[in-house]
Amino acid sequence: MADVLLKGIKKSYGPVDVIKGVDIEIKDGEFVVFVGPSGCGKSTLLRMIAGLEDISGGALEIGGTVVNDIPASQRGIAMVFQSYAIFPHMTVRENVAFGLTIAGASKAEKEEKVAEAARILQMEHLLDRRPSQLSGGQRQRVAIGRAIVRKPEVFLFDEPLSNLDAALRLDMRIEIGKLHKSLDATMVYVTHDQVEAMTLADKIVVLKDGYVQQVGAPMELYHRPENLFVAGFIGAPSMNFLDVEVVGKDGDSAKVRSDLVAEFAAPAWREGVPASGRATLGIRPQDLRPVDSGGVLSGNVTLAERLGIETVVDVALKDGTRVLCSLAEDRVFEPGQSIALDFDNDRAHLFAPEPGRQKAAA
Amino acid sequence: MASKLTRSNRAGWLMAFPGIGLIAAFIILPFFLAFAFSLTNQRLASPNPTEYVGFKNYRDLLGLAVFTLEPERDDAGNAVVEDGEIQYPRLRTFTRRNPDYPHLEGKREWFSWQSGENRTVVLASDVVFMKALVNTFTFVLVVAPVQAGIALGLALLINQKLRGISFFRAVYFMPVVVSIVIVSLLWKFIYSPGDGLLNNVLSGLTFGAFEPRDWLGDTSTALGSIIAMSIWQGVGFHMVIWLAGLQTISPTLYEAAEIEGSSKLQTFRYVTWPGLRNTAILILIVITMQAFALFAQIDIMTQGGPLDSTQVLVFQAVERGYGKQDISGGSTISVILFVIVLCISLIQRWLTRERN
Repeated sequence: MADVLLKGIKKSYGPVDVIKGVDIEIKDGEFVVFVGPSGCGKSTLLRMIAGLEDISGGALEIGGTVVNDIPASQRGIAMVFQSYAIFPHMTVRENVAFGLTIAGASKAEKEEKVAEAARILQMEHLLDRRPSQLSGGQRQRVAIGRAIVRKPEVFLFDEPLSNLDAALRLDMRIEIGKLHKSLDATMVYVTHDQVEAMTLADKIVVLKDGYVQQVGAPMELYHRPENLFVAGFIGAPSMNFLDVEVVGKDGDSAKVRSDLVAEFAAPAWREGVPASGRATLGIRPQDLRPVDSGGVLSGNVTLAERLGIETVVDVALKDGTRVLCSLAEDRVFEPGQSIALDFDNDRAHLFAPEPGRQKAAA
Repeated sequence: MASKLTRSNRAGWLMAFPGIGLIAAFIILPFFLAFAFSLTNQRLASPNPTEYVGFKNYRDLLGLAVFTLEPERDDAGNAVVEDGEIQYPRLRTFTRRNPDYPHLEGKREWFSWQSGENRTVVLASDVVFMKALVNTFTFVLVVAPVQAGIALGLALLINQKLRGISFFRAVYFMPVVVSIVIVSLLWKFIYSPGDGLLNNVLSGLTFGAFEPRDWLGDTSTALGSIIAMSIWQGVGFHMVIWLAGLQTISPTLYEAAEIEGSSKLQTFRYVTWPGLRNTAILILIVITMQAFALFAQIDIMTQGGPLDSTQVLVFQAVERGYGKQDISGGSTISVILFVIVLCISLIQRWLTRERN
């Protein structure tokens, strides 16, 4: 087991910078998830930790040793790929034992370690099959088995569940969570699926365009997103954003209003929120509730999606701005019906005005 | 309503006719005619009517006999020795109109060996055909593994991401694009005796110690020279097939192997080679077929000589059928070649079958 330290990590392909200076501290035994949209550099970052990509700048430490120039096989890591990367011509047993075969381990040692991995993953009955006879979930299990047998200091997962269907994804997600608890190993996990990130992670790293946007525990990211990107990325449906005017600021509270929003006091703890002038107000769909009279926002229902456990209402405000409201109940709304929405002031988020602001790493 | 494909039947057949017609006229019909001719005494142009002769043509080609010659003995029963060599009766006394040895009639010596005082002779009805058969098999057995191996080596080399790699791909592939006739003519110059290119290069490299030789005119080097040149000419084609096979192997498999600490050799053994299985089968079969069909190089470079040391089956078939106007003999050789290639393909398929 080991901790992983990324200090000012950079990656460029020729003139193109992909990772633009990333600092992350991953503690021993921690489950860290890199999450972000396609092309944010999360997979590249993982491959750099694995040793499959050269590091253009900065230092990568695993267990206190700088490993920038140490080959992948000697970094004490194991990796599970999105495409499983199991060898099609070998049986499950041979696949799981591959690393041991390469290292020239004895037959008895292989038997023992493969049996142990198979027991952990409950796939003893699959050992003599070939990959072509396995389902996607079973293949990924084999890939994880191959990783376990290596007894790595750090497990790396590169979107391991993306090729699986929804039901299987849930099962495997739970299994990976269990695996982390039972092995107590450091795990770094890349995904674009925020549900995986929220459920598995001890710590989430949100990446965008090669920069870290925010690092924190899942609920910290959900309740206190530091910027517009994190606020919009974490949570489903996405947070609603409205342009507002700050008319007065008093400590961590700011009075805001706009043509659409009646004046109210919003929490303003984020840096960059101006004392006066334009800002962006964010409200989660779950924090909005319809009210019979009054309400901060008002408009007409354009669409209501009833999912049984929740109802997602698409509301067009007076000037056509759309906001989503998610109610934790089954309720009927008619399209065109007028609706007034309210929310608790302290659940509102106030952001500095420029959208898509990036937080550059020092 | 019938589908458009089955309704426009006539138009379909009409459009397919040129292709089907040509294939029928030049491949399917001759294929069956060869079987028919091989059972007759058909000649290319002859006033005599064609007669059915059964398997005579096959007997004339494949007839073999083993015969032990005993030495001539003097009155005391000792072998007669002259100039240190044991004297034997002349072979032709047994093979020419000798009613005691009807199975040797018309056969000639192919090769022989000494066992004690006796000499064992293998006789063949058609020694030239037998030499062609042996040469063809030699050619196939050398060319198939060597050409496939070199092609794989080249494919591994040019499968790397290096600057200017397309230049090397083009260079290795170039001989394939050039007609085999032109290649054969060029190599005839390279191999030419005296101051040919090969002789010059070799004597240059050895500072004149190398004795120039007549590569194509010497029975010990002629077939080898043609094998070398044939491998060079065809290697680029198979390299491209290997390359296609290599590029179907998922790069993540290599990355997985890299993380496990697999050496270059282990990666080849556990990832690359198993991934090339189907490609290997294809290449082996294609090379075998091509090698059995060896003709143009022989026709241009040696005409089967010297002393039949480069006779091969297809060249013999053509030589007999058109050179000697013995179309039934040529057809028989073609049928024998067909059966050989068929058997080998079936064996290869069986050996390389999917075992599950």
